[in-house]
Amino acid sequence: MSTTITINNLTKRFGKVVALDNVNLSIEPGTFVTLLGPSGCGKTTLLRCVAGLEDPDGGEIYIGDQLVFSYDKGITLPSGKRDLGLVFQNYALWPHMKVDKNITFALEIQKLGKEEMGKRVKESLAEVKMEGYEDRYPREMSGGQQQRIALARMLAYRPKVFLMDEPLSNLDARLRMDMRAELKRLHHISGATTIYVTHDQVEALTMSTKIAVMKEGVLQQLDTPDIVYHYPANLFVADFIGNPKVNLLDGVVNGKNVVNIGPFKLAIDNINATGKVVVSIRPEDITISTQPVPGAVEFSAYSVLPSGADSTIIARLGEVELTIREMGISKIKMDQKIWLTFDPQTLNLYDKESGNLIAS
Amino acid sequence: MPIIICSALHYYTFFFLFVSAALMSIDSNLEEAGDLMGASRGRILRKITFPLVIPAILSGVIMTFSKVMGTFGGPNILGLPVRYYVVATMIRGSMAAQEKGDAFVLAIVLILFAITTISLNQRLVGTRRSYETIGGRGFVARLNKLGKMKRVLFIAVIIFQILVIAVPIGLLLYNTLMLIDGNYSLNNLTLQHWIGPRNTVYNHGEPGVLRNPIIYSAAWNSIKLALWTAFCTALLGIVLGYAIVKGRGTRLSKLVEQLAFIPYIIPGIAFGAVYIAMFARKLGPIPPLYGTFALLVIVSVTKHIPFSSRSGVSAMMQVGRELEEAGIVAGANVWQRFRRIIFPLTSSGFMSGFLMTFITTMRELSLIILLVTPTTQLLASQTMQYTENGDGQEANAVILILIAIVVLGNFIIGRFSRGSSLQKGLGM
Ligand SMILES: Nc1ncnc2c1ncn2[C@@H]1O[C@H](COP(=O)(O)OP(=O)(O)O)[C@@H](O)[C@H]1O
Ligand SMILES: [Mg+2]
Repeated sequence: MSTTITINNLTKRFGKVVALDNVNLSIEPGTFVTLLGPSGCGKTTLLRCVAGLEDPDGGEIYIGDQLVFSYDKGITLPSGKRDLGLVFQNYALWPHMKVDKNITFALEIQKLGKEEMGKRVKESLAEVKMEGYEDRYPREMSGGQQQRIALARMLAYRPKVFLMDEPLSNLDARLRMDMRAELKRLHHISGATTIYVTHDQVEALTMSTKIAVMKEGVLQQLDTPDIVYHYPANLFVADFIGNPKVNLLDGVVNGKNVVNIGPFKLAIDNINATGKVVVSIRPEDITISTQPVPGAVEFSAYSVLPSGADSTIIARLGEVELTIREMGISKIKMDQKIWLTFDPQTLNLYDKESGNLIAS
Repeated sequence: MPIIICSALHYYTFFFLFVSAALMSIDSNLEEAGDLMGASRGRILRKITFPLVIPAILSGVIMTFSKVMGTFGGPNILGLPVRYYVVATMIRGSMAAQEKGDAFVLAIVLILFAITTISLNQRLVGTRRSYETIGGRGFVARLNKLGKMKRVLFIAVIIFQILVIAVPIGLLLYNTLMLIDGNYSLNNLTLQHWIGPRNTVYNHGEPGVLRNPIIYSAAWNSIKLALWTAFCTALLGIVLGYAIVKGRGTRLSKLVEQLAFIPYIIPGIAFGAVYIAMFARKLGPIPPLYGTFALLVIVSVTKHIPFSSRSGVSAMMQVGRELEEAGIVAGANVWQRFRRIIFPLTSSGFMSGFLMTFITTMRELSLIILLVTPTTQLLASQTMQYTENGDGQEANAVILILIAIVVLGNFIIGRFSRGSSLQKGLGM
């Protein structure tokens, strides 16, 4: 049922803008791959190229064994023949058709029988928990409900590939949480290979089998959420992923396993690093103590921002500012002295020049 | 002088639609932004609202100018008796006198003139000053309270409307009821011109208009022409709009859009002259069309393309591109998408285009005056015939019939399509 998707050297230009720059991406059957990146980095364009709504300026796309696009061979399989479903950011339900007609449109084109169509409508509405809404017009439903119908419309014709372009971005925060769970469930049940576009890193981390991080049309990293989070391939990815943001400190490797960060020294366990580097430290990987601890560095609490389950503490030492995440509501007071301990194993080192991760 | 007043009254509606469309498309937020900064209403009007509609006002002025240049009907009726000629009436004169060369030269003069004004318009208004006022998201049109000014303004407008519409129609009606023109005594009132039998004393021996088979056939021709033209034009408008919007940004689309505008800049009477020149003889596979009903339809449709393509474009712009793309992904071909998605969603645009064209075709004179023949006589051309024969009352009676048909048509179509309006028809 599910299929691979392979993208080779895909390039797409809009006039002078290079929306996709030589993108290579290979997606295994049944995985949920998220395209993640800031607005304008080419996520939608990549998705639309796979869908066949955009004509790339180079490269090729396979869905399964089938070559659906090849610039060199001049092959472009029409969108409708690619056996994929697309959910648009603004749902794109046809406003003049009731829910059932919206769902059966594609089925009629596939010339399914009346009975089968009725069955599919029922099934797909059940899958998105919208039974009994057959006779509504899109405008008679809330945004969240329209979103579910848009999903049902895609599910009804059972495509091999699901494509979704920021499907939850128009929903409020609460609904978005619910829908994430539902979507993950739907993917689990259907097992269809899914490409999901979002600019929300939390969404990417919660939903994906793999995350493809993009910047200015260039693929930066394709890995599991775990790897992308703990070992970002470069400074851009490190900076983009994580909330609160990762701490990035400029330093110079000094002798063996020590980085000089100006006011203090940091122990590392990376034998490959030399010269100027950037050290990344996740806020939750720093341990705070209100008493002096051996090996800890003394900072001062600049600001304390509790938010229920956890608290964010901004600490300063001279020019250096660090963001620290502590569980629970913090008892630390502003301007209080604190001692920070760093675990060498959780640090990543990046080449100052290239910004790339230095493997340890 | 009467010609000037008459033209002004005639085109002020056109101008009004132009500017009001622009006013309506201004996002109230823009004005509210000024409001929040503590600007007074007068200041907002002066500094924000006005500059935003200036392009529309300017366009309105120039376009009106260009339209009036090509106007035939008014100057013909009002100017002929006093030997006051404008270019448009001269063309017709030359044509009637079989001096086709002269007519064509005059037509070309008119066209050149129109082109000049249009390019002037583009130069003055330019791209720099044409603001895209519709932001798409969170667009709010707010009704500004006029305060105590409202009542005064309202009454003024009503009086103005009465003056320009009710009074002339009343006079027209009264005129048709006079046995002898200019005699205002009561015993001169008659229905002779409406339902009177054949009588050699009046009207060159023709019966009253409601008894005259020529009028019925002219009315039928007019309606048939208006319906055909409206239908073809509206359909063509949607198709053109689709093509233009789909290709947005490409050079071809821009070219098509500009080409579609050409008939607009060519004054109606010149247009007619061009068509005579083109279709008087056999042209390739096309038989000589002069004197046929088909030619009237063709020329009317062509003349209306600018409006219909604009209304097509604006109708199409309202259909999000994803709606069609969702159809593409579902595997629908172009025809299926057009029929099941695009057309249903633009049908109100279709209806307003239809209405707009229907009305303008019904009363169009300059365009078809050179092309009608006795067998394809229309109501509008019939009024001219009567006027030229000195049968003013009959002419006015026919005009009243024409008005009645237009109003009725408007009403019927309005019943069928709620929400479509003339403003939409103008595509603005
Ligand atoms: N139809 C288009 N015409 C011109 N430029 C476009 C078009 N679509 C996208 N772009 C440009 O391509 C780049 C990538 O856009 P997009 O794929 O929509 O980004 P994202 O979805 O990641 O926000 C942007 O710079 C955008 O301006
Ligand atoms: Mg996007």
